[in-house]
Amino acid sequence: MTDELLAIADQVIGWANDDEQVEVVVVHDRDTEVRAYEGDIESLSSAESQGVGVRVIKDHRQGFASAGTLDPTVLAETLADARDNASFGTPDEFLGLAEPDGVPIPELALVDERLLGFAPEGKVAMALELERAVRAADDRIIGLETAEYGDSMSAAAVVSTAGVRAVGSETAAFLMAYSLAADGDDVQTGFGFSVAKGPDGLDIDRAAADATERATRLLGATKPGSERLTVVLDPFVTAQFLAILGGTLTGEAVQKGRSLFAERSGDLVASPLITLVDDPTDPDAFTATESDGEGLAARRNPLITAGVLNGFLHNAYTARKAGTRSTGSAVRGYSSTPGVGCQALALAPGTAAQADLIADIDNGLLVQGVSGLHSGVNPVSGDFSTGAEGLRIRNGALAEPVREFTIASTLQRMLLDVVAVGSDLEWLPMNAAGVSLVVADVTMSGA
Amino acid sequence: MNDETALLSDDLVQRTLGAALHTGGEFAEVFVEDKRSTSAMFDDGKVEELSSGRDRGAGIRVVVGETTGFAHTADLSETGLVAAAQAAAATAKGGGGGTRTIDLDRQSATRPNEVQVLPETIAKATKVELLGRADQAARDAGPAISQVMARYADSRRRFLVANSDGVLAGDDQVRTMFSVSCVASGDTGMQTGRETIGRTVGFELFDEYDVEELARTAANRALTKLAAVPAPSGEMPVVIGKGGGGVLFHEACGHGLEADLVGKNASVFADRVGEQVANRSVTIVDDGTMPTEWGAYAFDDEGRAGQRNTLIENGILTDYMWDLLRARRAGRASSGNGRRQGYQYLPMVRMTNTYLGNGTDDPDDIIASTERGVFVAQLGGGQVNTATGDFVFGMTEAYLIENGEITAPLREGNLIGNGPEVLTLIDALGNDFAMGSPGTCGKDGQGVPVGDGTPTLRVAKLTVGGTAA
Repeated sequence: MTDELLAIADQVIGWANDDEQVEVVVVHDRDTEVRAYEGDIESLSSAESQGVGVRVIKDHRQGFASAGTLDPTVLAETLADARDNASFGTPDEFLGLAEPDGVPIPELALVDERLLGFAPEGKVAMALELERAVRAADDRIIGLETAEYGDSMSAAAVVSTAGVRAVGSETAAFLMAYSLAADGDDVQTGFGFSVAKGPDGLDIDRAAADATERATRLLGATKPGSERLTVVLDPFVTAQFLAILGGTLTGEAVQKGRSLFAERSGDLVASPLITLVDDPTDPDAFTATESDGEGLAARRNPLITAGVLNGFLHNAYTARKAGTRSTGSAVRGYSSTPGVGCQALALAPGTAAQADLIADIDNGLLVQGVSGLHSGVNPVSGDFSTGAEGLRIRNGALAEPVREFTIASTLQRMLLDVVAVGSDLEWLPMNAAGVSLVVADVTMSGA
Repeated sequence: MNDETALLSDDLVQRTLGAALHTGGEFAEVFVEDKRSTSAMFDDGKVEELSSGRDRGAGIRVVVGETTGFAHTADLSETGLVAAAQAAAATAKGGGGGTRTIDLDRQSATRPNEVQVLPETIAKATKVELLGRADQAARDAGPAISQVMARYADSRRRFLVANSDGVLAGDDQVRTMFSVSCVASGDTGMQTGRETIGRTVGFELFDEYDVEELARTAANRALTKLAAVPAPSGEMPVVIGKGGGGVLFHEACGHGLEADLVGKNASVFADRVGEQVANRSVTIVDDGTMPTEWGAYAFDDEGRAGQRNTLIENGILTDYMWDLLRARRAGRASSGNGRRQGYQYLPMVRMTNTYLGNGTDDPDDIIASTERGVFVAQLGGGQVNTATGDFVFGMTEAYLIENGEITAPLREGNLIGNGPEVLTLIDALGNDFAMGSPGTCGKDGQGVPVGDGTPTLRVAKLTVGGTAA
């Protein structure tokens, strides 16, 4: 498939005029999704999608067009559209394609060959087994909203008149359960999942156990009072905060006056316990990749070291404007121009397990889940307030479940208020890894 | 403008359905879509880019018993369609296959409104010019405005849907939107303000709205927030301004009234039709036929005409919302709420324009009679757990109420509560109904355009999650 994608991209590049720069991204995905419900297959979807995106830069003006097909007649139309669109852009001296920078493209093991030959029957069996395992785990489980197996095989090529010619492919498989537990009228929900590059790496028991425990341990949850206390963020919650933090550490956010960390490079912005790295070359990361959205080599970028801000992520445009080099952090789909973003964020883990972190807290809260984080965080001001559910911590042990409250602070304060990082680092199905994180002095608002 | 027949001939539709039913499927459907979009982004003082997109393809589903098989393709040739039909049918090993020919019956429906000016007939330069005017107007609102982002977008989505019940329908949906977001910088840091308009209309949107006025509104929101104080925390009365809080009812009750979630016992409203679930003043409607509103359409994505459905009437739960599949199993008709993001997705139960109707109170009296609380002029995005009814929303524009008067602006904070509880806690409902900003509702990874609306109203107590002690 990668050869075919390169051939298509090369063909479009061959149509470029001498006085313009052209970049083509071509993608092909094959996805399967199986949902089980009450012992039957609820749905089985198989999808093959493809698309092309063309960026044209002429006289320092940029235009873009995309199409959800690789039909030969549409390719020429898409280039023509992008060319026409470019004539309406405002000239900007920093606009230009990524230039090859000599950094070798890493070779990562991102394809699990076994997925390529994994028959639909096997996928169906995994979804059915996941549902069965959750239902069998606890009498209080009354059903599942979702029991799903999914996988994808994707390939992408980026070719440009500037000499970039990158191609890559990867596979992924996941299991996801969303369970309903009840005790009388009280209903609670919980999720569990497992992700891997192929079916062999999936752990049905783990996904089922998480979905069961998360729902059942919240049964009987009540609304807590309002107070300031120390919170332990579960790994999945930490990862969601990291993803938002990562969005503020890009050259784009800084140059557009939207980063609360602009001008803070070299400053202590976090507890010395915080070391944050964006490393898409870590093959264990769910979002690992060999090259970025402009076809440059992916690379390891330290963002915060022992609490000190190292700098920001860049694509070709923001790097040129900042007078530096791209960090290989262009992110995009085929239907958009490259932005700048984190690709695989992780905190350096500490040495204590979550249970040991909890044992050190007299009065606190384990935050099992947050909701409305995106609407509740203002990444420009750093203010955040998010709905949460979890378990109180009393005298070093987990105590009663609580729900229907918010936790609030600012990103700036939260980073400085970190008092411990757990040892339980795990990659999640997103652009960040999770780890237990202990943060002091967070406002819990309830009754 | 109803030229959806150009998407696929009746003959080819019939042959595709035939291939889909070949393995014994009880129900088969082919959905063909052609979507074109244009967007232009003005940021950091310049036209960053103009972008065009095109998506065209077909999704085919086959149902046997409780199982749905689904496949999609971007290849609209007979070979491509038949291959997708066979892939969808592979799941449906229902036994007695054979050849069936479906007689197609073209459905008709009244369009909510006719589009006056197709955006594709407007020069790109004209669209781009709107952005520059908005940027200038926002920057003129005050020297503290440090950044302005303006975005124009239009889309035209044509589709044809046909199924083994003989339904054949098509729609041509044109939407246009414009948004401005501003950053204001001051001694207290940076604050943001945003304003968005969007309607199921063409370029005539700008006869109704002045982009400079929108830009000033966004800029003033950001400027006002520079003086904002931390939001309080804890339970208190919350007054929601007209048009600013429809999203609360969309999330807090709408999702729980979707028949797919109800059917899986994943809704607090399951088995409660006919019961008093809200204060008597509360009537909640989902209406896909509201002219020009963001969630309006002639046909849903399963070929059922859009409808006006009363969900809660005078506090009594009257009905859920239904798509074709859930309705078939329940032995009733779909309520015209079967929607999909695009041909690559299965349809499911989705809202259209969901609103809480007018009450009789004077909005000024509602505020004057509130001793201490929060006035929310504009709610942001939110999320609900339909199984428990717990919800959370961001407040993008909010103020303190002290001694019956609106006072200091508040920094970001969330509101949290429980849907069924809030319905019983509405203790004042104004007579000033207005629709709110256009929204995109996300469910199971699919986004669809939706509208919402409310009059001014008061919830006797909600938890405000601010940082003030």
